[in-house]
Amino acid sequence: MPELYEMTATDLAEMLREKKVSSVEITRSVIDRMDAVEPKINSYVNPAPEQALEMAENADQRLASGDDDPLTGIPIAVKDNMCIRGRKTTCGSRILANFVPPYDATVVSRLRDAGMVILGSANMDEFAMGSSNESSCWGPTRNPWDLERIPGGSSGGPAAAVASGAAVVSLGSDTGGSIRLPASFCGVLGMKPTYGAVSRYGLVAFASSLDQIGPFARDTSDLALLLNVICGHDPMDSTSMPREYPDFTGFLDKPLEGMTLGLPEEFFNRLDNPEVEQVISEARSVLEKLGVKFVELSLPHLDYGIAAYYIIAPSEASSNLARYDGVKYGHRADQFEDMIDMYCRTRSEGFGDEVKRRIMLGTYALSSGYYDAYYLKAAKIRNLMTMEFRDAFEKCDAIYCPTAPTPAFKIGEKVDDPIQMYLTDVFTIPVNMAGLPGFTIPGGFSQEGLPIGLQFIAPHFEEGRLIQLAAAFQRETDHHLKRPPL
Amino acid sequence: MEYETVIGLEIHAQLLTDSKAFCGCTTRFGNDPNSNTCPICLGMPGVLPVFNRKALEFTVKMALACHCTINEVSRFARKNYYYPDLPKNYQISQYELPLSEHGWVEVETGGEIRKIGITRIHMEEDAGKLVHDENKPVSYVDLNRTGVPLIEIVSEPEMRSPEEASAYLRSLRSILVYLEICDGNMEEGSFRCDANISLRPKGQTELGVKTELKNMNSFRNVQRALQYEIERQTELLNEGQAIVQDTRLFDPSAGTTSSMRTKEEAHDYRYFPDPDLLPLRVAPDLAEDLRKGLPELPAQKKARFIEQFGIPAYDAGVLTASRDLAAYFEQTVELHPDHKMVSNWIMTEVMRELKGEEEGITSCPVSPNGLAALLKLIDKGTISGKIAKTVFEEMWATGEEPATIVEKKGLVQVSDTGRLTELVQKALDDNPSEVEKYLAGNKRILGFFVGQVMKATKGKANPKVVNQVLAEELKKRGAS
Repeated sequence: MPELYEMTATDLAEMLREKKVSSVEITRSVIDRMDAVEPKINSYVNPAPEQALEMAENADQRLASGDDDPLTGIPIAVKDNMCIRGRKTTCGSRILANFVPPYDATVVSRLRDAGMVILGSANMDEFAMGSSNESSCWGPTRNPWDLERIPGGSSGGPAAAVASGAAVVSLGSDTGGSIRLPASFCGVLGMKPTYGAVSRYGLVAFASSLDQIGPFARDTSDLALLLNVICGHDPMDSTSMPREYPDFTGFLDKPLEGMTLGLPEEFFNRLDNPEVEQVISEARSVLEKLGVKFVELSLPHLDYGIAAYYIIAPSEASSNLARYDGVKYGHRADQFEDMIDMYCRTRSEGFGDEVKRRIMLGTYALSSGYYDAYYLKAAKIRNLMTMEFRDAFEKCDAIYCPTAPTPAFKIGEKVDDPIQMYLTDVFTIPVNMAGLPGFTIPGGFSQEGLPIGLQFIAPHFEEGRLIQLAAAFQRETDHHLKRPPL
Repeated sequence: MEYETVIGLEIHAQLLTDSKAFCGCTTRFGNDPNSNTCPICLGMPGVLPVFNRKALEFTVKMALACHCTINEVSRFARKNYYYPDLPKNYQISQYELPLSEHGWVEVETGGEIRKIGITRIHMEEDAGKLVHDENKPVSYVDLNRTGVPLIEIVSEPEMRSPEEASAYLRSLRSILVYLEICDGNMEEGSFRCDANISLRPKGQTELGVKTELKNMNSFRNVQRALQYEIERQTELLNEGQAIVQDTRLFDPSAGTTSSMRTKEEAHDYRYFPDPDLLPLRVAPDLAEDLRKGLPELPAQKKARFIEQFGIPAYDAGVLTASRDLAAYFEQTVELHPDHKMVSNWIMTEVMRELKGEEEGITSCPVSPNGLAALLKLIDKGTISGKIAKTVFEEMWATGEEPATIVEKKGLVQVSDTGRLTELVQKALDDNPSEVEKYLAGNKRILGFFVGQVMKATKGKANPKVVNQVLAEELKKRGAS
């Protein structure tokens, strides 16, 4: 029998109901695993084992009294940019190193309501800006499959925690690929839901029109269960969609017969890594055997995705991050001459290089006289991309493509070359630009044994279709069952 | 050279909503510093704004009252600048797509009525307050006001004098107060005004270089600042110097303006659409419902008063400056239909006691019933107009009925001809030389005899009857 920390939430939930195990036992197993692997991986910024065990005890009481939800008692890690009342929430940044929010993010309240056990805050790129988790002020998270490599970013911590058994499931956030890229590099499942499906209230903002919270899991059923917990309208978030969501587990057993997947030529033309190509093509054969048809598509504006994204996201970030000024909370410089000097020193000391780079990019793009040439043009491209996707979905049910151009790269490999780093997100960014749901699942491995993910993209609010595709694929394959050799 | 003055005003009005524009905090004034706050208006990480529907309705009402077009889709934008009273370091405002545009109001100065154009009316949030320590180089931040809903009303550069600017300001304030969406208090800052002013040679259509004036917290100071600025700019232009486009602060004690920052030093606010708030859609139905619910506005009420009560335009203007004052007038004429008499009394006695604060009428101790009763006493001849003023003061001080006061103080007018004849005869007998002077042709001495009678009755003699009797008695003495 496998260790508890290795099991899926679905299996653990069944055992909890059969009284074969308690939430405290599960949580202890996961905490022991954290103790064992964390020195190597560094997936947590603020592990909270004691509070987790308290939550587990409460969960056991709820289970005993029958007042439980499907994921009651299941341990979860939360990315360090979601506010947890009374616990440090730092966003991987020195400027928030001492910040303790007096409120819960809406998703955190939902986890509490569901009786889930919050293990702690997981590592991330500073303010979710990065593709490698190297910009965290708490040091990089390492890829459980190869400790010399990055786990992907910016939700590297939550992905690595699930991959290494230091969490059963986790929550990340995805602004340009920050869930899907680390899912691909760490060999787990990661979904960015439709913009507006999960409340952003209490998610420390990077780029408000692109940020979206989503789940990581080791299996489709777990992911569907967690999606059930987090999706829903929130009156505290004006961009949250007032609508009903289906029970996503209802899509797990649906066949794929008659489904059509689109292949955007702009993505496949850019693919020049043979190992990724091979994984994509083998997975395609599996899907074809399941009755899926493929159709080639052209979405010309996908080519401008990165360029437009690196105007819109930094523009919003430059404004969102203005509040970190040393006046009210967070870091304040010790020594300063006057108010302006206090602002300058606080922000110079508090922010890392990548964050500063994006604040400067965004400040420039919004400046008087440049707005039309940059921000406005980028916004127009964004609209065109959205329309192209809408047209594409007339011809197919979902889009099939890689998540990343390569498997995980080495720590330090791209850290001095921001453009190369930005290009890592070429297949994920357009999904955020159009507000669509995107799902990365393990598709295979490189010769060196590094995971390579597949990506499915669906029309708005069709997360169920993504679950249907992933579940069917995983019934035929075992890539998602492989565990890193730690 | 002769110059034409061009003035445009930007007005900020705090809306009287119970809660703030983007969170549930109370807007109550005077609470302990930073007690009306929550994570949202404190700008904590991860919080999000949700717009106050009431603030939208209030803004739509003002826009409709000012004949603006309501944009079916408008957008919130972020205005980015750093200041400690602005926790997010950006203000949620509207920029490219304001809620409403292209309106006008009528403004009267010196008997001339002109339409002043309104460029736009948009919604935004207020900033907090800094309190500076007088002894130490320390400032304190109070964020109670942060996030209180404001509307900004921007006029066209169409006013031609400080008087007209002031009249425009009064007119807008009056509309806001009529709509019960702003208390219009300039001293407390719930109604604020910045002015843009430039001069140009008469006849020229191109605008001159403007300056922006700030820190004028009363109607009077707005006029004073503009007047000073006209003189300053005129002098510069006459000397052949150029006007520097800048923002200037008015110093109320010195009555002058001084430069705060030039155009080059102006902020670049980096406006962009706020991604936390979706485009705002005002359904035509909502606007139509709000239009139907609009009360009678100052201009309409003024026209009706002239028409219905036959009072002069000036009276109607004063009486309709406040909705409550107008209601007071209407209630009083209902009970005492001498319109002009009621109008005179309100404009003199009542306004004097209110000390120019029209809004005080709601809590004033003399009710329309009381005033009407007093005026009836004059009509019936029970008291004279002069005594009535004393009675009115007493009513204001004690809140008592006029009849009670008249009785208690024995103020009933003496109109009894027999009694007055006695008194007149005594006055003539006591002052034979004055009688002689009168009979010799000095008619002005008549007032002296009236005074004697008034003195003897402690002012209660009916002046009409006294004059009548006096004329008869003097006639008799002249004939003998």
